[in-house]
Amino acid sequence: MSALATISKLSITYNASAGAALGPLDFDIVEGEKLAVIGESGSGKSTLALAIAGLLPTGTRIDGTIAWPGLAAADDGDRDGKRVPENGRDIGFVFQEAAASLDPVMPVGRQIAEVVRTHRRLGWRAACREAEAMLRRVRLPDPTAAMNAYPHQLSGGQKQRVAIAAAVAAGPRLLIADEATSALDTIVQAEIVMLIRRLVEENGMTLLFVSHDIALAAQLADRIAVFHDGEMVELGETAQVIGQPRHAYTRSLLAAHIGLDTEPLLGRAS
Amino acid sequence: MSRALLLLRRRLVGSIFVLAIVVAGTFLLLEASPGDAVDAYIASTGGDAGMIELLRQRWGLDQSALTRLANYVWALGHLDLGLSVAFSRPIRDVILERLPNTLLLMGSATALSFALGTALGIVAGARPGSFGDRALSIGSLALYAVPGFWLGLVLIIVFAVDLRWLPVGGIETVASARTGLARAADIAVHLVLPVAALGFIYLALYLRMMRAGMAEVWRMDFILAARARGLPRRRIVLAHVARNALLPPVTMLGLQSAQMLGGSVVIESVFAVPGLGRLAQEAVGARDTPLLMGIILTSAVLVLAINLAVDIAYAFLDPRVGADEAAA
Amino acid sequence: MSGLARFFRKPETVAGGLILAVLGAIALAAPALFPGDPQAIAGPPLLPPFRDWALPLGTDRLGRDMLAELVHGARASLAVGLAAAAASLVAGVLVGTLAGFAGGLADEILMRLTDAFQTVPGFLLALAFVSVVGPSLSVVVAAIALSAWTGPARIARAEVLSIRERDYVAAARVAGMHPLAIALREILPNALPPVMALSSIIVAGAILTEAALSFLGLGDPNRVTWGGMIAEGRAVLRSAPSLSVFPGIALVLTVLGVYLAGEGAVEGAAARRGLS
Repeated sequence: MSALATISKLSITYNASAGAALGPLDFDIVEGEKLAVIGESGSGKSTLALAIAGLLPTGTRIDGTIAWPGLAAADDGDRDGKRVPENGRDIGFVFQEAAASLDPVMPVGRQIAEVVRTHRRLGWRAACREAEAMLRRVRLPDPTAAMNAYPHQLSGGQKQRVAIAAAVAAGPRLLIADEATSALDTIVQAEIVMLIRRLVEENGMTLLFVSHDIALAAQLADRIAVFHDGEMVELGETAQVIGQPRHAYTRSLLAAHIGLDTEPLLGRAS
Repeated sequence: MSRALLLLRRRLVGSIFVLAIVVAGTFLLLEASPGDAVDAYIASTGGDAGMIELLRQRWGLDQSALTRLANYVWALGHLDLGLSVAFSRPIRDVILERLPNTLLLMGSATALSFALGTALGIVAGARPGSFGDRALSIGSLALYAVPGFWLGLVLIIVFAVDLRWLPVGGIETVASARTGLARAADIAVHLVLPVAALGFIYLALYLRMMRAGMAEVWRMDFILAARARGLPRRRIVLAHVARNALLPPVTMLGLQSAQMLGGSVVIESVFAVPGLGRLAQEAVGARDTPLLMGIILTSAVLVLAINLAVDIAYAFLDPRVGADEAAA
Repeated sequence: MSGLARFFRKPETVAGGLILAVLGAIALAAPALFPGDPQAIAGPPLLPPFRDWALPLGTDRLGRDMLAELVHGARASLAVGLAAAAASLVAGVLVGTLAGFAGGLADEILMRLTDAFQTVPGFLLALAFVSVVGPSLSVVVAAIALSAWTGPARIARAEVLSIRERDYVAAARVAGMHPLAIALREILPNALPPVMALSSIIVAGAILTEAALSFLGLGDPNRVTWGGMIAEGRAVLRSAPSLSVFPGIALVLTVLGVYLAGEGAVEGAAARRGLS
């Protein structure tokens, strides 16, 4: 069980007067695991996701380091063992609002194809074939027609499938899903979670799943990290965190959750 | 495709209403002007009271206002704009003679200002807040403050008088009897300064719109998503940011056509280009109100046609337009 | 931070405000600075600029003092700019508010009317109007307003339409407020700021249009105007370009000042409304 990424003393500050929004944090992301990051609004979980992906706005102060031993090891010929991950190629990112993550004036097929073209250095025709294959993998109805569809012609769940396809198209090692299901209807939510789980297992990816829904995490994750007010209050195996939570905040999260709906839906959706 | 057709149909119906109002308006202005066509004719040709009476009867000017309006509209339906007092020729012929020059001038100026303006706007918008961006921003604002006719005069002073690179005015070398390609080249050389004077002002407008649009699109989530997918910066700037920021300037193209037609009046006057704008000035000078009204009607039709074309082009650029109607 | 303080944040808007303040002061003080008729002969014709300190910018074709003409010309430009903008705004807001309030057929008709006035090129309309009615400063103002009112009308209507549906208007209606009172107390004050943002553009456009009309000989013949000065200088463009260049520079500075100051005002208004 080697580490894909090692986070040491990571601290993020947006606004100097407001203090650190996140951290300091020390933990590893284990290769091949599904790690859920749970917390409420303002807990810093999205900040963590953006920081790992290197997508924080310019001017944000970042202290500490994120090392990627897992990436360096896989690259032969990499002399000093250090590598900075490339967006798209090493890390795939899925955003909360699928509609906002797609260009409204470009057909969705082309948006997936350009990812393939950038990272796998294929021509447009080959890239489009790959894009259609990706649309089939994410179970979009009628992938051939969908290639030329515009985002506004698709439903919320379909748009998110496209966004996931674009995120995964270049075969990244790590997939970060930042509240990827939070804006969807409940049944569609379950479908998308199933889709993510299947893709992660098929490709052998590591998954970082950010959410406010601890029950959803419980069904999907190997480990759960609980965040509160910019700090990680708990990190452990799912069974342990759910069954015997150590921190008071985790206990209150679990108590607040009603817990009737998730399992039957997840089972029905696959 | 059906989206564009639906849009076309709806816009055509609206345009006809607008045209009707313009016709009524020009008729009213014709009525308001002191004296009518007969007075102006007599003033230049001479004649007695009996002649005036006869002409009034012949030209139907002694009948009621409503009848005259009906006659006017009927004539318009046959594309008969009446007789020009100043030229003693049908107004339609005079206008059709001058129209191509104005279209050439306007078309070139629009192409120049749009292409160069949006291109520079992309350059400025690619790196917001940079030195180049701020320089272009202030420069374009200063340019937009320049009166077109004055810019024309300055260009004449610099390029035609001092440097003698380009001709001072006119649309081609008088009595040169050139044909074909040589004639086209001659006309092109004559048009360089007028097109520059007319185009540079609006270049500033498109530059500012494009730059502002790019700054706005940069902040949108799908651009962050594009970065998250690892797309190269150049592709993001061109295929995503610029492509989306292009939409407002295209809309502006239609709106600007009316202003540019107005601007061509002074530019054609400064550079002695025999176009529609210059004709308007001559009509004012000769108190030829029917001719002026004919020019206004022609301009209105031109502006409507340009706006229609731009709207259809826009529908092709933005797939979201008219989507609900086409689906219904 | 108050609107005025925000206005002074950016160097551009301060520069704009400064230019306008200086110009306004000069225009108001013109009779004191250069008493007498600016169109009176002051010296030999076509005296080049920067030669004689009594006539710093030289003289024109008839021997009139260029600097005096420039200063007096500022009065015409600024007067027309402000008056035309005021007229356009008042007319436009009236029509737009009426259309937005009335709705239905009246709204349709008013909007087609607005379309018609926007379709005819504004300058051509002004040209026709001045030629039919006769050139004078007030006619020029009316001619410019004839086409400039459409912008404020559209914005006012859009604002009225959006505000009409808001909760505080519904609350006022439920409380039994008279429709006219609702219009004046609730809707109009909130509809005005975006319209006002347009005002600097209208002023700038009016100044440029007046200059163009004067250039073509359709300005007020009894006044000194910058456009008229440029037209006069055209005859001696090769030998004495300064006759046309100086009034043009004055125009550029004035319009630039209006734009710069206007941008600051727009930001101030937007910030005060909470960037809605």
